[in-house]
Amino acid sequence: MSAEAIVATADPAASEPGTSDVYEHRAFGFWLYLMSDAIIFSLLFATYVVMASTGTDGGPTGRTLFSLPHAFGETLLLLLSSLTFGLASLAMKSDKRAAMLSWLLVTFVLGLGFVLMEIREFYGMVQVGAGPDRSGFLSAFFTLVGTHGLHVTFGLIWILIMASQVIIKGLTAPVVSRFFRLGLFWHFLDIVWIGIFSVVYLPGVL
Amino acid sequence: MNQSAGNTHGLRTYLIGFVLALSLTAIPFALVATNALPKSSTLIIIGIAAIIQILVHLRYFLHLDFNSTPRENLLAIMFATILIVIMVGGSFWIMFDLHRRMLT
Repeated sequence: MSAEAIVATADPAASEPGTSDVYEHRAFGFWLYLMSDAIIFSLLFATYVVMASTGTDGGPTGRTLFSLPHAFGETLLLLLSSLTFGLASLAMKSDKRAAMLSWLLVTFVLGLGFVLMEIREFYGMVQVGAGPDRSGFLSAFFTLVGTHGLHVTFGLIWILIMASQVIIKGLTAPVVSRFFRLGLFWHFLDIVWIGIFSVVYLPGVL
Repeated sequence: MNQSAGNTHGLRTYLIGFVLALSLTAIPFALVATNALPKSSTLIIIGIAAIIQILVHLRYFLHLDFNSTPRENLLAIMFATILIVIMVGGSFWIMFDLHRRMLT
């Protein structure tokens, strides 16, 4: 706990030690949540790898179903949205509310584009008879990629709530703390996506 | 902590992270698109690029480092990493061993 003491003394904003402590503990709690989410995702990855190598049941494989340019487009959207979220955090730190809200809006649009691309891909796959009920490989694919897509969708809802809180309540300490945790969540989803394109799409097309 | 965070985690940090992440994404995609290398070495490069890119994201977007990040957070991350290695590695070990014994 000596690290905490050092952090507390080095923190110029610690004029209210009680509140800043509370927010630091919430960030720790959120890290615990993120790590449990990481464990869920890694087990879905493990299921996918086992299923993709043994469970295609004579049905379509990644080579015929996945499109490299489509996956690259999704990757770019998510990576750009991580950058624009970072720009929103920077604008928040220098108290520029309008800039922060516009960067949040850009992040939202990029994230929405990602979700729409994914829905289009899923729809196209179901249309050609490669839905989650076709084989173990496809069940694992839809579970893994769909779980990530659901997370991004909830992230989008959170961005909207965050933006309205910034507009209504202003940059108060609780709002800033929530925004910080939204940032952890959003960047974490981008990390999960690195796993998805490296484990699912690239080896699938190869 | 906020003061130093504002100075060290500025625009430059995000841009460096973005450029690094973009190159680490482009390399494996380009290799798969062009089929420039044999399959096994392409897979190895995909894996290495993914691990480096995850570290880049943790460092430049999530601002993790060994100085300013609270120790409890680092411990939580390391604990989760150990759990993931045991569970994923163990699952692969069991499933591929079963596959080899029963289906080949």
